[in-house]
Amino acid sequence: MSEHAVAPYRNDFLREVEKNVEEGHWVKMCMQCGVCAGSCPLGNAWAHPPQEIFMMIRAGKREEVLTSDSMWMCTSCYNCIVRCPRQLPITHIMHGLANYAHRLGLAPKGQPTQATATLFWNNLIKKGRVNELTFSLALYFKDGFVQGIKNALGMQSIGLGLMKAKRLNPMEILGGHGVKDQSGLQAMIAKAREIEDRKKGFSK
Amino acid sequence: MSASIATSQTILVVGGGISGMTAALEAAECGKQVILAEKLPTLGGRTAQLYRYFPKMCHPTCGLEINLRRLKGNRNVRVLTMAEVSAISGTRGDYTATLKIAPRYVNEKCTGCGDCSKAVSAEIPNPYNYGLDKMKAAYLPHGMAYPQRYVLDPAIVGTPDGEAAKAACKVGAIDLGMREETIELKVGAVVWATGWKPYDAAKIQPYGYDRFANVITSVEFERMCDPHGPTGGKILRPSDGKEAKNVAFIQCAGSRDENHLRHCSRICCMASLKQTQYVREAWGDDAKSTIYYIDIRAIDRFEDFYRMVQRDATVSFIKSKVAKIVQDEKTGDVVLHGVNTEGYQRYATPHDLAVLAVGMEPSIKGVKLPDDIVLDSSGFIETAGDGMFSAGCATNALDVNRAVQNATAASLRAIQVINKTANVEAA
Ligand code: SF4
Ligand code: SF4
Repeated sequence: MSEHAVAPYRNDFLREVEKNVEEGHWVKMCMQCGVCAGSCPLGNAWAHPPQEIFMMIRAGKREEVLTSDSMWMCTSCYNCIVRCPRQLPITHIMHGLANYAHRLGLAPKGQPTQATATLFWNNLIKKGRVNELTFSLALYFKDGFVQGIKNALGMQSIGLGLMKAKRLNPMEILGGHGVKDQSGLQAMIAKAREIEDRKKGFSK
Repeated sequence: MSASIATSQTILVVGGGISGMTAALEAAECGKQVILAEKLPTLGGRTAQLYRYFPKMCHPTCGLEINLRRLKGNRNVRVLTMAEVSAISGTRGDYTATLKIAPRYVNEKCTGCGDCSKAVSAEIPNPYNYGLDKMKAAYLPHGMAYPQRYVLDPAIVGTPDGEAAKAACKVGAIDLGMREETIELKVGAVVWATGWKPYDAAKIQPYGYDRFANVITSVEFERMCDPHGPTGGKILRPSDGKEAKNVAFIQCAGSRDENHLRHCSRICCMASLKQTQYVREAWGDDAKSTIYYIDIRAIDRFEDFYRMVQRDATVSFIKSKVAKIVQDEKTGDVVLHGVNTEGYQRYATPHDLAVLAVGMEPSIKGVKLPDDIVLDSSGFIETAGDGMFSAGCATNALDVNRAVQNATAASLRAIQVINKTANVEAA
């Protein structure tokens, strides 16, 4: 079994988070006051507010945390950060945890934020520019062909309007625009990935 | 006033609250010459504004009265009120202090009869009650004021009210020609007993102290419960005067918070525990107090008091720092929002009144002090230099009892400086 296989409890989960998750070293500073949980506008929409997630990490609930959809619900409103009496960068920890769970393949399947973010990223790194046409099509069809057609028809008038306003170019379907130095871009992304892998414990 | 009242063997105590009075008296009773400088018109400080002390629930008048009696019986202390230290230079055993003395417009002939107060019509916010009510612009700061001498607010000097006050005084104590004076004193040691002020609750934006009438501070609540206070001791909601029986206490309002005061103010847990008993005394079994807390810090022997309050059926505890308060415009109720740490349930609970247990901020924060004085990250005095010492809440957030102990220690250090100076001069 690899190091990252799911175990429901891991005594060293806090240490793993500190080491591999962006801003994870802050988790131990939480004093469980509850201000972030009470301040989050999405609070009733998610299973575990930040305060609880931090306690779960410290309790070693590895599986429950990493497979939870909670950190994917964060809208980056920063309400929690500005109010936390210990100045934890809560929003960033939420995103760090989401990313870590995603990299481990533990993020809940089909979670909309995760699916959209993945499509966006894959689209962006192809040429260094977002291809809005292929990105929207991919989004429409992410839940299957039939749903895709429905989505596309539903969005038709908006699409046409965007085209008229020259905000959407149908020719983008042929590959679309990108940055000039394509090999430079790919080298840059490869380097960034190498650094990230090293920092998050994914280096081979 | 001439500088001859002080010598290099005099101790200057800055601040006439319970700590300053203690430091001054301890030194004076050891035979040292002391000047006690207070910037307000009376001694007593924040202690005089308390209704009762924890944990014995006794009245501060008692402790203050003992100190005032000691003071009156001791010829070694000179009290200067309305006197603010504006500069200190020199070194251990040889300091020069510059003091600005604001005009009181009332001299020592005042008998405290109050005729001047009756004669004036202008009213000003009453700082003794934290501005919750108004008082006449010719006033005695409070019943325990020392000296028992009236004060004229500068705003009425030069107005018909000022003249009326002067005309009303039968003993000729009112002197409208008084001006600010600056005096210099030679002193050997200085004790800084500059005390604390309640943290400005309006800065805690989500609690809406500046927006909602029924969100008040713990110091205001203390005045409200005092029979000498603005409501005659009745616990009433500011918005509509309704009897407040369901009271929420919010702990760490400003304290233990990197965005406000980074330190634990130490007294506020005990203060709220104490105040739940005021609510109980006022309404009996109809009382309902709820303490919202991160953790209750009832240190050492205060644990017993905490246990006692825990057994009180009118008091409940919710482990949660309140996230925000909203006042219901129709009912006037304050609704507290947050998440209970024990179980992580969200709540939105209405109360008649919310009391913010505000933290202690050192009074000297933001004031220009001699370079020798080093402050800690909260603004308390860490070290004050060779011949200068801090006492009481200038040093740290302390309750009355600990402030008195701390001030006694500071006094002893100042005495040592004076003794050494005297030995050098004698040699
Ligand atoms: S606001 Fe900060 S200290 Fe309080 S529970 Fe949230 S993360 Fe922890
Ligand atoms: S930044 Fe995210 S976690 Fe924080 S309050 Fe906003 S939505 Fe909630």
